[in-house]
Amino acid sequence: MNLNATLIGESIAFFVFVVFTMKFVWPQLNGAIEARQKKIADGLEASEKAEKDLELARKEAADKLKEAKSQAAAIIEQAKKREAQIVDEAADKARAESDKILAQGKADLEAEINRAREDLRKQVSILAVSGAEKILARSIDAKAHADILDKLVEEL
Amino acid sequence: MAANGDTLTSQGYIQHHLTNASIGEGFWTWHIDTLGWSIFLGLVFIMVFRSAAKKATVGVPGKFQCLIEMIIEFVGNSVKDTFHGRNPVIAPLALTIFVWVLLMNAMDWVPVDWIPTAASLIAGESWDTIASGNSHVYIKSVPTTDLNMTFGLSLGVFALMLYYSIKIKGLGGFLKELYAHPFNTPWLYWFNIILETIALVAKPVSLALRLFGNLYAGELIFILIAMIGVWQLPIHFVWAAFHLLVIPLQAFIFMMLTIVYLSMAHEDH
Repeated sequence: MNLNATLIGESIAFFVFVVFTMKFVWPQLNGAIEARQKKIADGLEASEKAEKDLELARKEAADKLKEAKSQAAAIIEQAKKREAQIVDEAADKARAESDKILAQGKADLEAEINRAREDLRKQVSILAVSGAEKILARSIDAKAHADILDKLVEEL
Repeated sequence: MAANGDTLTSQGYIQHHLTNASIGEGFWTWHIDTLGWSIFLGLVFIMVFRSAAKKATVGVPGKFQCLIEMIIEFVGNSVKDTFHGRNPVIAPLALTIFVWVLLMNAMDWVPVDWIPTAASLIAGESWDTIASGNSHVYIKSVPTTDLNMTFGLSLGVFALMLYYSIKIKGLGGFLKELYAHPFNTPWLYWFNIILETIALVAKPVSLALRLFGNLYAGELIFILIAMIGVWQLPIHFVWAAFHLLVIPLQAFIFMMLTIVYLSMAHEDH
């Protein structure tokens, strides 16, 4: 139970073990732990950042989709408008054409009527003159009364 | 092994168990069992931790590395919580103390007769000689039940305390702490010196005696339990289970107080 040289031996052993631990055990193990802690922290940070980026990208995609939809709707609206416009224009054009054709027809008809009337008038006057000639042949000379007949033709 | 032989007295049995194997005379006596077991256990500690350190990977650690890292982290946190300076010695010192003392204390769990009996048989003594208590081979297998062991540790810590006190505060600062500390008036310096010297010396002494006392008492009771016949089995179990608490706790206290004392040595008043 007495204190003796064993104490010195144990103290030396103690120091040797401490120095060994300090040189060859603690730095390696503690270094590995700390390096891993840093690695994990970095990984967590990166994953958090990626999550944020994903959220952002998702939002952007949704926005783009919305925009595209509204754009498509606008284009369709515009197309519909244009279609109606084209149809209207075509109808207007057709109507104008038909009016034109109708007017042309009417004018032609008018001219034809006029010509026919003229012909008719001429024939009537000839007929009237020939009738009158026949009547007057019995009584008067046609040449003598030509001025009266011309006046008559004029009045018709 | 109960006291069943006629020539085997309780006193002799206990004495046999509490005697160290020693060589040398007087102060130059070497307790070869204490030295042998403690160095063996220290080498176990060193080899286990060194193999873990060699294979240490920053990536996914294996189960063995996880276990070692748990201990490292436990000690590291204890140091970080208590010691606020920067000193690369403290943490490895604390780790060495904790694991080494834990392993030496753990020898307490080995039934008290196994190692002495095995040693006697290896030394060539007959079974009858051993059973009758006439064995002359002594082995005390728990190094921390030897005052030399615990004082060896605590004086090592004490040397570090003195070294860092003088290194940080200078010799003058260290001496000033001794004579001018509780009462800072010249006519009470003599009183301060007595008080502070006692306080200083009490640190390693209490450190060594606490560990020694706890383990020695535990070992002694294991020996007493081993003498009471067949009932020793359940009682031994209970006492061993109780040591699940005592063994790590004493190792932890020794480590913690070492950190605290060294932290105090670093503080400048």
